[in-house]
Amino acid sequence: MNFKNRLKDGLLTNNPVLGQLLGLCSTMAITTTLFNGLGMGLSVTLILICSNMVISLLRKVIPEKIRIAAYIVIIAGFVTMVDLILKAYLPALSESLGVFIPLIVVNCIILGRAEAFASKNGVLASAVDGFTQGIGYTAALVVMCVIREFLGSGTFGKGVFGADGIRLLDAQYPALLVILPVGGFLTLGCLIAFSQWLNDRMKEKEGKK
Amino acid sequence: MNLFLSLFSISLSAILAENFILVKFLGICPFMGVSKKSDTAIGMGVAVTFVMGLASAATWAVDHYLLAPLELGYMQTVVFILVIAALVQLVEMFLQKAMPALYQALGIYLPLITTNCAVLGVALLNIQNGYSFIESVVYGVMGGVGFTLAIVLFSSVRERLEDCDCPKCFKGFPIALIAAGLLALSFMGFSGFKVF
Repeated sequence: MNFKNRLKDGLLTNNPVLGQLLGLCSTMAITTTLFNGLGMGLSVTLILICSNMVISLLRKVIPEKIRIAAYIVIIAGFVTMVDLILKAYLPALSESLGVFIPLIVVNCIILGRAEAFASKNGVLASAVDGFTQGIGYTAALVVMCVIREFLGSGTFGKGVFGADGIRLLDAQYPALLVILPVGGFLTLGCLIAFSQWLNDRMKEKEGKK
Repeated sequence: MNLFLSLFSISLSAILAENFILVKFLGICPFMGVSKKSDTAIGMGVAVTFVMGLASAATWAVDHYLLAPLELGYMQTVVFILVIAALVQLVEMFLQKAMPALYQALGIYLPLITTNCAVLGVALLNIQNGYSFIESVVYGVMGGVGFTLAIVLFSSVRERLEDCDCPKCFKGFPIALIAAGLLALSFMGFSGFKVF
C-alpha cells in the first residue's frame, strides 16, 4: 500500500477514534481547547512512531508469551520522555493535560498498533503506520476541540493564538455544558454518527458505479 | 473521628461527585465495551474495584518506600504500569486456583484491566493528591464502586437502546455515547455537593 492510501486510511476510513473506536478517554477528556487537542495529538503521534519503530525492530527478539508486557514497558519509556519534555518546555500544556499525559501508556491506540501492525511489519512500514494513525487521531481530536471550543467558550484557538484566542461568539452566548464532560459524550456521539453516515454514503456511491 | 470524616468525604466524592467514568473520563473503553449486558457489567465492575483497591495499596507503598527514597520520581509511570500488570497477573493466577467459578465468569476482562486507565489513573491521582495509605486504598476501592455503579446503570439503559428506533447512522455506538452523555448530565447534579 502506498503512502497516500495509508494516509487516507488513517484519516478517514480506518480512523483510530471514529472508525476503530480506540483511545476514547483522552478524546473526550482533553478536547476542550484547540491547544490541548493539538498538544495531545502530536504527543501521541510522536510516541506512536517511536514505539512502533522500536517494537518492529525488536519483534524477533521479544518472546511471544510476554510480548504485551514488553510492549507496555517500551511505550511507558517513551511516554515518560514526552512527559518530561513537555514539563520542561511547555509547562502550560503539561499542566492543562495533567494526568492524561502519563495515561497515554494505556491508550489503546498505541498498544493496538503495536500488536496489530508493528509486531508483524518492517521498521519503515511501522513508522509510516504510526505517523498515519497518529495524524488520524490528531485530526479527530482537533475536530472535537474546534466544535467544543466554539460552542462551549465561543473562541477559536485559545492558547494557540494568544491567551484568549479569537473570539467568535459573545461571552454571554456559549453553552458551558459543551466543555463539561456531558458535552464530550454528546459531541463524540454526533461525530461518530456523522462519520458512519459519510462512510455509508461513500459505499453507496461506489456501489452505484 | 476526623479520619473517619475525611474517608467518608473521599468515598462520596469518588462515587458520585467525581465519578471516574462520567466526570473524570477514566476507563471509558471497558465502559463502552463491556456494558452490553448487566451481568457482565457487574462482573467487570467487581474485578475493577478489586484491582483498583489492590493497585492503590501497592503503588502507594512502591512510591513511598522505593521511588521517593531513591529519588526516582520520574520513573513513576513505568514502575506503576509494571506493578499493575504484575498485580493483574497475580490476581488472575490466584482466582484460577482458588475461585475457578469467578475466574470463568470474568474471563477475558481480567487481563484487559491492565490497560484500563482507571487503574493507572487512580494510582497517579493518589500520589498527586498526597493521600495517606488508608486514604489511597479507600479512594481506590470507592473509585471502583463508582465505576461499577456507572457501568451497571448504563448497561441496563443500553439493553433498551438495542431496539430503540433511531436514525440509521446513530445505531449502535453513537446512540450509546449520547445516552452516556445524558447519564453524565444526571451525575453533574452531584457536583459541588460537599458533605462539610
